[in-house]
Amino acid sequence: MKIELRNPTRTLELEGPMSVQRMLNKLDLNRETVLVISDGTLVPIDAMLADDATIEIRNVISGGDR
Amino acid sequence: MKCRVCRGAALIDLRRHNANFCADHFVRFVQSQVGKAIHEFKMFDPEAKILVAVSGGKDSLAIWHILNELGYDADGLYIGLGITDYSDTSAVFARDFAVAHSLNLVEVDLDDTYGFNVPQGARAAKRVPCSACGMSKRHIFDRVALDGGYDVLVTGHNLDDEAAVLFGNTMHWQTDYLARQHPVLEAREGFPRKVKPLIRLDEREMAAYCVVVGIDYMLDECPMAAGNTHLRYKDALNLIESGSPGTKAAFVQKFLAQAAPIFADAAQESGVELAPCEHCGALTPSGLCAFCRLTARATGQPVELVPNPRLTS
Ligand code: SF4
Ligand SMILES: [Zn+2]
Ligand SMILES: [Zn+2]
Repeated sequence: MKIELRNPTRTLELEGPMSVQRMLNKLDLNRETVLVISDGTLVPIDAMLADDATIEIRNVISGGDR
Repeated sequence: MKCRVCRGAALIDLRRHNANFCADHFVRFVQSQVGKAIHEFKMFDPEAKILVAVSGGKDSLAIWHILNELGYDADGLYIGLGITDYSDTSAVFARDFAVAHSLNLVEVDLDDTYGFNVPQGARAAKRVPCSACGMSKRHIFDRVALDGGYDVLVTGHNLDDEAAVLFGNTMHWQTDYLARQHPVLEAREGFPRKVKPLIRLDEREMAAYCVVVGIDYMLDECPMAAGNTHLRYKDALNLIESGSPGTKAAFVQKFLAQAAPIFADAAQESGVELAPCEHCGALTPSGLCAFCRLTARATGQPVELVPNPRLTS
């Protein structure tokens, strides 16, 4: 699996298949603070990700006094 | 995972609501939460002339989209803050959204209008950038809303923003700030009515809404935000939230229902008198308002020469 992250922009590789929940645990990410997106759609927490999948993990927490 | 409403395939789980939703029902859920907030706090009526403070980020573009979908008449206001590439790029997201949805975007550039940008203002005033930035934005929001005859100014503050501010104010027992923390700030002489219709929705829900309805927003963070206390408070709250879903919402909602009135009553007794700023007329506790003082310092000009234009579209 190819995993794209931002701030800073980076790409990680993990071996699939793997559930979204397991991937977030492995990367030590809090599920309340990210969205998992594949092909422009949201991927639910219980979905299985294939080994050849390309996934974006999008942080949703913004800083600053808006 | 199945949608709570139609039993179709769900694409998002909202643990604090104990619910999963498909795309359609998630969109309806978010819009109905905004409708509820507008109604619950009597934010504005259907004919109101609304101004939305738009940054190009997810929250402000989403609330502008939702208000439009719900049939409200809302213009956007984008302020060019001059924060390096970040400001240039965020302006593009705001403009593209306005064009794509045939909405009116008012633009004010801090440097073009007042002769300084946020980094310069922060340096001159020896303040952190967010403080100079917040002060400038508030001043311009107020001016545009009043000069443009808008009934209400809408900001994109969401549940996480409000929870983080409440957390900070509570940690330091800032009772005067606690007295004023409310999703509706009534209009007063010199200040427009200000409301926060995203008070019932958290940051993850807002980002998800943008993905589902196809709103392109600024993903990069403001370079000035990195490591600030606001973000640390959010991290701390999300750590608690992940173990006990619903904690952030309870913190904010029970504060508003049970604690806020007590602080507000106490503050009224010790109310500070405000008078118009000697230069621009904005209400302030001392002779010159903080923004005029900031502008004078940042531009190195005497305060009499600080610009004071009408800011209408
Ligand atoms: S993070 Fe701070 S400096 Fe950046 S836009 Fe927000 S308030 Fe302004
Ligand atoms: Zn559904
Ligand atoms: Zn002033």
